[in-house]
Amino acid sequence: MKYLLLKHYRGGPAPAVDFGSMDQWTPEEVDAHVQFMRDFAARLEETGEFVDTQALAPEGTFVRYDGEGCPPVTDGPFAETKDLIAGWYVIDVESWDRAVQLAGELSAAPGPGGVPIREWLEVRPFLGGSPAGTE
Amino acid sequence: MNEPLLRELVPAVIGVLVRRGADFASAEDAVQEALIRALDTWPDDPPRDPKAWLVAVGWRKFLDTSRAEASRRGRELAVQAGPPADPAPATDDTLRLYFLCAHPTLPQASAVALTLRAVGGLTTRQIATAYLVPEATMAQRISRAKRRIAGLPLDQPGDLGTVLRVLYLVFNEGYGGDVDLAAEAIRLTRQLAHLTDEPEVAGLLALMLLHHARRASRTGPGGRLVPLGEQDRSRWDTGLNTEGVAILQAALARDRPGEYQAQAAIAALHADARTTSETDWVQIVEWYDELLRLTGSPVVRLNRAVAVGEADGPQAGLTALADVHPDLPRYTAVTAYLHERAGHLEYAAELYAEASRAAASVPERDHLIREAARVRHLLRP
Repeated sequence: MKYLLLKHYRGGPAPAVDFGSMDQWTPEEVDAHVQFMRDFAARLEETGEFVDTQALAPEGTFVRYDGEGCPPVTDGPFAETKDLIAGWYVIDVESWDRAVQLAGELSAAPGPGGVPIREWLEVRPFLGGSPAGTE
Repeated sequence: MNEPLLRELVPAVIGVLVRRGADFASAEDAVQEALIRALDTWPDDPPRDPKAWLVAVGWRKFLDTSRAEASRRGRELAVQAGPPADPAPATDDTLRLYFLCAHPTLPQASAVALTLRAVGGLTTRQIATAYLVPEATMAQRISRAKRRIAGLPLDQPGDLGTVLRVLYLVFNEGYGGDVDLAAEAIRLTRQLAHLTDEPEVAGLLALMLLHHARRASRTGPGGRLVPLGEQDRSRWDTGLNTEGVAILQAALARDRPGEYQAQAAIAALHADARTTSETDWVQIVEWYDELLRLTGSPVVRLNRAVAVGEADGPQAGLTALADVHPDLPRYTAVTAYLHERAGHLEYAAELYAEASRAAASVPERDHLIREAARVRHLLRP
């Protein structure tokens, strides 16, 4: 079963701890955090659970159709948007419980002083592509 | 016979099929199929004459497909089996393929894909893996590109500028999957340099070799990006540097300047300096001036400001930035660097953090966050 572990720049429940933005940490703390992220992906590859990981730039814009012959309408970017996605992991695992366990591990990425940052990650199951088991 | 040697044969084999009367698109498909079969069977059962094997299998595939096509359309097959190929040199065929695959009417991503397949002899799957797209997507991109250039004569001189741009793009993609695209770009540029007599081709080859020489020192522990000034220069590949410089000098001696020769000259001046402080920044600025005259490119203007900052001090660098549009990628990062050198640490840290939010890649973003953290740390130890 595939799950999306969604990382947010903003949005979600109130943070457990506020560690400030990464550029306020020491260079070594930044290195340790980046290394943890790389190791996490490598570990998922080893267990055969890794599918994809991507990071998104913070800036984007909303776009919609505006009728035949008209250019699409754009709106934003919004500096104060409530929810801002930072990136994701896609994992392919045995169960929901395993997905939650892995999200918990990812959330333990180290921050200042090597303390886990405990950031909220959103876990979302993929809808399957084939209607297996529904007949 | 190893894979690179097998791949080298691909363009010449396509050339033979085209001379026998196949159209380029079908010939290229047939040779791709022959190549996949070769990769599968040669390890256990290597042929005595690899090229003849590829021509025979490719031609048979072409005939099978054409016959199926012809009978589907109820028509006679126009091409008859095996009229003796005229003995035109294979080098001409290969050169024409470079021009065709990087034809100016093709979108850049398509030109890259087609060049890697028809000239580089990579499989669709290898190209797809290298560029992180599904194989079906890459197959479609290639066949659309071939449809777009269908009917273009193969025997007309093409645009060397677009060929070089395509090769440089491949080089800059670096590693991807099991294919080392940088090494592949060097191989294709080296081959092109043998087929042509253009100093700019040599210039691009020199540029690639000089950059490739620094590859091992460009990444630190944990995949961290290490900027030029902090690289361990003892890890630079002196063999590649020497070769790059020699190729560049021969090209420059022909006195037909161009942007790749100028870029290679800058890379050669870096290669020449055993330590960062020994770098001849004054000469580097002169080459940037030349590069700016040749291209008028805003990116060159930005990089020139960095060199000016090193040659004449950070204030001069910041002044040189006045001509550069702030929307340019890496503008903020360069500004941050120059302000740090000028001693404006607080402001530099802010700019590094801002630049990290506009970074185009994860390693670049992480590097800039780290720079911000480093400078902030200098402020309150």
